[in-house]
Amino acid sequence: MTDATSTPGAMPHAAPKSSLLTLDSRVRRRNAAEARFRAYGIAAVSVGLIFLVFLLIAIFRNGIPAFTQTFISVPVELVEEKLDKTGNRDIEEIKKVSTFGYKPLLVDGLTTMLADAGIENPFEKPADVEKLVSASAVGQIRDYVISHPDAIGKTVEFRVLASSRVDGYFKGRVTRESLVRDKNLDAEHLDVSDALTESGQMKRSFNWAFIFGADASESRPEQAGIGVSMIGSFFMMLVVLFLSLPIGVAASIYLEEFAPKNKWTDLIEVNISNLAAVPSIVFGILGLAVFIQFVELPQSAPLVGGLVLTLMTLPTIIISTRASLKAVPPSIRDAALGVGASKMQSVFHHVLPLAMPGILTGTIIGLAQALGETAPLLLIGMVGFIASNAPDGIAAGFLSPNSAMPAQIYEWAKRADPAYYERAWGGIIILLAFLMTMNIIAIILRRRFERRW
Amino acid sequence: MSAFWILIIVLALAAVGYVLGRQRAMASAGGDSRHLHSLPAYYGYNVSLSVLVPALGLLVLWLIAQPIVIERSVKTMIPEETYTDAGALNLIMSDVRRVANGLDLAVERGALTSEQAGSIRTEFTNIRERLGSVGVALGSDVQREVLTAAQSYRAMNATGNLIRAVLVLALAAAGFGYAYMRTDRDFRARNVVERVLLSMLVFAASIAILTTVGIVLSLVFNTVEFFKLYPWTEFFFGLTWSPSFGGGSDLGILPLFWGTFYISLIALAVAVPIGLFAAVYLSEYASPAVRAFAKPLLEVLAGIPTIVYGLFALLTVGPALVAIFGRDGALGVQWMGGGTAVMTAGLVMGIMLIPFVSSLSDDIINAVPQAMRDGSLGLGATKSETIKQVVLPAALPGIVGAILLAASRAIGETMIVVLGAGAAARLSLNPFEAMTTVTAKIVSQLTGDADFASPEALVAFALGMTLFVITLGLNIFALWIVRKYREQYE
Amino acid sequence: MYDAPASEQKVNQKSTKIAANKVQVFYGDTHAIKDVDVQIEDKTVTAFIGPSGCGKSTFLRCLNRMNDTIDVCRVKGEILLDGEDIYDPKVDPVQLRAKVGMVFQKPNPFPKSIYDNIAYGPRIHGLAKNKADLDEIVEKSLRRGAIWNEVKDRLHAPGTGLSGGQQQRLCIARAVATEPEVLLMDEPCSALDPIATGQVEELIDELRENYSVVIVTHSMQQAARVSQKTAFFHLGNLVEYGETGQIFTNPVDPRTESYITGRIG
Repeated sequence: MTDATSTPGAMPHAAPKSSLLTLDSRVRRRNAAEARFRAYGIAAVSVGLIFLVFLLIAIFRNGIPAFTQTFISVPVELVEEKLDKTGNRDIEEIKKVSTFGYKPLLVDGLTTMLADAGIENPFEKPADVEKLVSASAVGQIRDYVISHPDAIGKTVEFRVLASSRVDGYFKGRVTRESLVRDKNLDAEHLDVSDALTESGQMKRSFNWAFIFGADASESRPEQAGIGVSMIGSFFMMLVVLFLSLPIGVAASIYLEEFAPKNKWTDLIEVNISNLAAVPSIVFGILGLAVFIQFVELPQSAPLVGGLVLTLMTLPTIIISTRASLKAVPPSIRDAALGVGASKMQSVFHHVLPLAMPGILTGTIIGLAQALGETAPLLLIGMVGFIASNAPDGIAAGFLSPNSAMPAQIYEWAKRADPAYYERAWGGIIILLAFLMTMNIIAIILRRRFERRW
Repeated sequence: MSAFWILIIVLALAAVGYVLGRQRAMASAGGDSRHLHSLPAYYGYNVSLSVLVPALGLLVLWLIAQPIVIERSVKTMIPEETYTDAGALNLIMSDVRRVANGLDLAVERGALTSEQAGSIRTEFTNIRERLGSVGVALGSDVQREVLTAAQSYRAMNATGNLIRAVLVLALAAAGFGYAYMRTDRDFRARNVVERVLLSMLVFAASIAILTTVGIVLSLVFNTVEFFKLYPWTEFFFGLTWSPSFGGGSDLGILPLFWGTFYISLIALAVAVPIGLFAAVYLSEYASPAVRAFAKPLLEVLAGIPTIVYGLFALLTVGPALVAIFGRDGALGVQWMGGGTAVMTAGLVMGIMLIPFVSSLSDDIINAVPQAMRDGSLGLGATKSETIKQVVLPAALPGIVGAILLAASRAIGETMIVVLGAGAAARLSLNPFEAMTTVTAKIVSQLTGDADFASPEALVAFALGMTLFVITLGLNIFALWIVRKYREQYE
Repeated sequence: MYDAPASEQKVNQKSTKIAANKVQVFYGDTHAIKDVDVQIEDKTVTAFIGPSGCGKSTFLRCLNRMNDTIDVCRVKGEILLDGEDIYDPKVDPVQLRAKVGMVFQKPNPFPKSIYDNIAYGPRIHGLAKNKADLDEIVEKSLRRGAIWNEVKDRLHAPGTGLSGGQQQRLCIARAVATEPEVLLMDEPCSALDPIATGQVEELIDELRENYSVVIVTHSMQQAARVSQKTAFFHLGNLVEYGETGQIFTNPVDPRTESYITGRIG
């Protein structure tokens, strides 16, 4: 409200030189430029988001099939003359029969199964029928017989893996046209597979072995799993966590709270910010030269991988820890010092607990980064072999050769087989699930303990 | 006594030290902690630390030094005429270690007594069979020299371990005694404990320096080794890269440099405009809701591991590009032979760098004071004029810094080029051809079965050295620019 | 105590440049300006005074729609510039701001040369036909900004290298260069030392020849020194508006009197 006006009566308005209500042509042109510029911005953001969507679509469309696998239920007669000629069920005797000896039994089982289901057997050579199932099937039957010797002589129903080509047929990876150039499988196999699916003997179901199982040889993609390399990654992360957290926090406390301003401190600071930007492959070279060649730690060991990743993660953790220490207001330190605490006590009793949520968030994000890192692992030998056994015991977990999730994915990508590509994508889904969980934990921690001064 | 048990004993001693130190301090103050100089717990810590720090320090040093010393002296026992070069000697040494471990195992399993293990001779016993019976498989029969070396290896190890145990435990006990005796009501325990803590903090901070020293040393030593075997002029100026493990390789870095540079250039051509425009839009135009939605989503791109991008390049982008530019492609041009190409890797790397460029530029654009924008808007400039003529020029140094950091990332990126760029080292201008980079070749030269002493493997260290120097230079320069820029507005 | 400027007698005959009718401003839920009616005259210096947070700066920023850049800010009522409502949807704020220039609290020269700082406005609005034209505009503006003699030898040195007072006069010259009709000044001297303040105040008095100047100030002495009209704001209300001399010597409203004598503020 206006309580007073000194000029009574309405004053005449000055005539406008140019009206505001009409846009001149120059302003119109400038506004068009403005709209264009804005559109570039929107386009840039959208392109970025579209790339993200493409990437996610590629991952999920290609990776989801890895979680299911085609299985065949085959009744196999465990013929006594072949498996245990003496008949006295001596386990050592039974073990002498190699997987090769089980082959005819499986072929017979498959042939009988086809006959029972009323499917015409189109194979000229009887052994061709075996191409339907994975090469791992005979091993599976042998293992069963060795653990159940009394099953010999009976007919047992086995749920065996279908071969990767048959599996690929159901997942759309293998087509009849592509089989023309493939000597591992013929069109007849596909006819039989279709018929078996109809009769319910061939089924696609969730494949836990992919998540928890071990890697397999190059010719058996249907059997490969990421479980063992997951354990490798787990042990590596333990090393990273237990080394980088204390060292990172200690270094940050020193630099943030105690370090005098001098050349040495400056050098450390410049060093840390540069180390954070050193290519990860260089850390791999460091690991190879120092930990493997010089200290002679075992190749491919999660311990070495963990050490290398620790050195790589430390700068990240130090930078984020220092930021959270810096966020604790000086008044808290002054208050502690004011009641007679020593500098060390004020830091450990007051500053550190307040900064802890921020430190943990930074550490988790650093760990997530380390978990996805591949390049340095290649140089310390975490690829190129088949991680087939889970380590027995904790020491073995750190020291015996193993792979890691990203290294396993790389290994699969290198095998140049569409069935392995599918597994690589599937492995990525699992890896991303871990990363997402870690990031969500970090976000929750941050939200929950976020403090505003 | 194994290192594990030594560790347990030292830890136990430290725990006991804590309790006793505390008690002694309280006793000296007549049970009233107010007469003490420091809180009672500090006296306990003081004793514990006096036990732990020297003893564990010695233990760690010993654990590192003993194998090296023993290895050296055992090596001298192998007669020179049994091997031709360093590689062969390494093979013999690993035999020695395996036999020694086998003997250990045999003693453990009771197949040999420890006396027998030290005295058996190849002339009288078939060692391979004896060890095979306890589950130690040896490739060939054990030679006499190897067995003697293995036996003295075991003997030295046993002596070393014994001395180690004695020394470490003696040091722990000495630390205990010294600190315990010093414990007294006037003893400034807190100051001592804090000084020790502080030196631990200093040590932790110095690990960053040690890492750099480690990187530099491991690169320099092996690079020097390499240049002894291969002339540096040919390495830096050679136009061909064709390693062959049989010898006679051409190891010129220029084709690799070119591939690295070309791929990085394409990556930056993708990432810089998109990242910069996205940053400008998100910080200057977007409503808070759009910003809160789009910014974290874009940053997801930064959190995705590079192996994922590598696979994306190899299996999705490569085939897609072939479908457009390749034989029978949508454009009908036959530019592209296979999926792996400079374009594939560059494009995917560009996607990876978008959030990197955009979040760095975002920070930098936000650091430009609002007063600048107000000044320009107040003069009747449109938003885009303000951004183009005031904000971006003001932010230019910072943005240049951000782009340099992104370039250093692109040059050092490994997985995308290993999977997406191809393996052929080529000097060509066609971006649809496969080329290779410095990082990809470091991986391929060091993951084969090559002998580490050959120039074909050592060249990887020279490549790593070059990579390290270039990225370090870029980083230092970029960080310096960014720091200068920030100081200007602080 | 307050020497009325010689021109005071003519004030009443001047035409209205800006007329605000029942203006309300909201910041989110806060009602920052309540029902303000005011007529600002051409070729006059009008001062807005009042305690901190009274809304004087907010109202000033409404006059060239600088508040548009703040998302949560809403304006109701009408503000007429030469009889045209500046909040009319057909009005482009860009065109408006060319007519209503603004000088800010802290000198904010662009990180460009002195010449480019001045030339910025003329360039974006296309006021110069050629280089010679632009040179002329720059020189004229710098003269009007009373800084020409100090910078004429270093036109291509960065504007950020000048002293605080020089920077502020550069900013005024920059605002003048776009040939505005109204100049808004938001506490233009609050970051300056007394000598620089004196120079800027002198400049403001000269600008009155050609422009309608609206100045927000914290200092009552300054308001008395430079303005012919004064508006006193308090808690978002326009309490009193009138001849400067009258407001300071004989305020009508008791709140104005309390503020002037230092009891509120």
